[in-house]
Amino acid sequence: METLRKQPWSLWWMQARCIARIEVRRNLLTWKAAWIYFLAFVPTAIIAIHALFDRSHHALTDDTNVLAGIVQFYYIRLGIFFGCLGIFSRLIRGEMIERSLHFYLLAPVRREVLLLAKFAAGVFGAVLLFGSAIVVDFAFMYASFGADGQDYMFNGPGLAQLEAYLAVVVLGCVGYGAVFLLLSMMFRNPMPAAMLVLGWEAINPVMPSLLQKISVASYLKHLMPITVPGEGLFALLTVQTDPVRGWVAATGLLLLAAVVLAYSCIRIRTIEIRYTTE
Amino acid sequence: MIAGDRIVFEDVSKFYGEVLGVNRVSLSLPPGVTTLVGPNGSGKTTLMNLMTGLVQPSSGRISVLGLTPGDPNEFFREVGYCTQFDSFPRGLTGWDFVFDSLLLHGMGSANASKLACEALERVGLMEAAHRKIAGYSKGMRQKIRLAQSIAHHPQVLVLDEPLNGLDPMARAESLALFEELSRLGMHLIISSHILDEVDRISDRVVLITGGYLVAEGNIHAVRSEVRDKPMQVLIRCDRPELLASRMFTLNHCVEARLHSDGHGVFLRTTDIDEFYRLLNGIATEGLVNIEAVAPADDDTHAIYQYLIGSEGGAS
Repeated sequence: METLRKQPWSLWWMQARCIARIEVRRNLLTWKAAWIYFLAFVPTAIIAIHALFDRSHHALTDDTNVLAGIVQFYYIRLGIFFGCLGIFSRLIRGEMIERSLHFYLLAPVRREVLLLAKFAAGVFGAVLLFGSAIVVDFAFMYASFGADGQDYMFNGPGLAQLEAYLAVVVLGCVGYGAVFLLLSMMFRNPMPAAMLVLGWEAINPVMPSLLQKISVASYLKHLMPITVPGEGLFALLTVQTDPVRGWVAATGLLLLAAVVLAYSCIRIRTIEIRYTTE
Repeated sequence: MIAGDRIVFEDVSKFYGEVLGVNRVSLSLPPGVTTLVGPNGSGKTTLMNLMTGLVQPSSGRISVLGLTPGDPNEFFREVGYCTQFDSFPRGLTGWDFVFDSLLLHGMGSANASKLACEALERVGLMEAAHRKIAGYSKGMRQKIRLAQSIAHHPQVLVLDEPLNGLDPMARAESLALFEELSRLGMHLIISSHILDEVDRISDRVVLITGGYLVAEGNIHAVRSEVRDKPMQVLIRCDRPELLASRMFTLNHCVEARLHSDGHGVFLRTTDIDEFYRLLNGIATEGLVNIEAVAPADDDTHAIYQYLIGSEGGAS
């Protein structure tokens, strides 16, 4: 305990903030991130077109289910998954490929601090993109219902659902971010491993309950305010697990991410600059 | 000299899989300018990367002023490394590059700003500081790396090919800067293939080839250790032919070559002490008016040629 207290926490905190700021500026405000913006805002564009041009009568509950389906089937299984793959695999591996990681490794910063700061910057960027996309989705979806939509949002369950979806986005980014950051440190090309993760997430519901705990999507499932049963092709993207309380699922996911990050911290201590092999 | 003032390699080896990087290198470098000399792929950059923790030794131990890269907060306050990797984080200006790296030292903005200005002025890049590095010339990129590595006033400066891409004027300025830093008591570890220029400021050389340490130490001491290669001396005088014929009366004088201007002679001898004794005698006799005497192969380039020779071009 005394050893922990003696560590230069304020210096580490300051360095982590500085790194996170640099990383957000570098990785979020760049044309190379355009495809992640695309991933985040494709549903928004579709919902906007639907709200503006499709004037046929819809039931509010139908559209609420559609929105739940978009979050469940698109954002969690595809959008956030691939967005996080893009964002987090760039943080270390991307800098190895661009031959610029050595500047960080030559800075007076503990490698663990560097990794966690980069991770935090990745989470911030991913949450900012996908979180704001979901907020705008809600705005477009319920604005088209006029007073009914407003009532649903502010006097009905709308805000609570939005909060739950935002929590799902945050936890999804933390979970997938931790996994992809580790994979990018383990493999030169993390894509095949990411496809295995995608496959694992798809078959996870039929696994024993112990193995279901090693899945980001299975935790997120329990946090969804509305569950849309998958049919046909969507059934492949639907996670069916034993019911678990929300706080248990959130804690479980954060623990899973913490374990993965702890292992990443161990790995980064021995990482070497050998650009010729990249 | 205590070990805390030195850069120490203790029986260090590095293997990249089955490929040898360096093998069983032991060194103890005091402050001053040390030049790493060797052909391409000889292990110079590996030594520098080992020193700064960019790669880990397969065996052995390294310490820099008693510190190791395992404690980066302390270590990189004392060490600056100007690598030869010609790539930078995307989208940064020269100013961002130097300023951000200073912030990571835990400095406040005002202090970081002051030191960034100082470093950029030292390398003559202040005017271009707010331009994107992506638009810099090769020489400017070299300078901005140098600025970043010296900005925090390290005690040890590791420079991998620091003169690459620089024009003659910038090379001279850089060498003057290295000399100045060396005078301040810093360690400068330089690898360069521009041996003639680096030679002027080097206190000692480390010759390495194929991952093996060939020789290390003061340039003159290393040269005198190369006994199988006769020492070459240039004597400027008014009667070089006569001097050459007198010198050839001795067994240890093995070669004489007239200087192209006819006012000097290059002589090779296997016994430099006896050679100077005879030369003093000739000067005393007054038959030859000797103007200057200087070793002609007592430099890094010659040592490189003798010890490493045709195994590869110096780099």
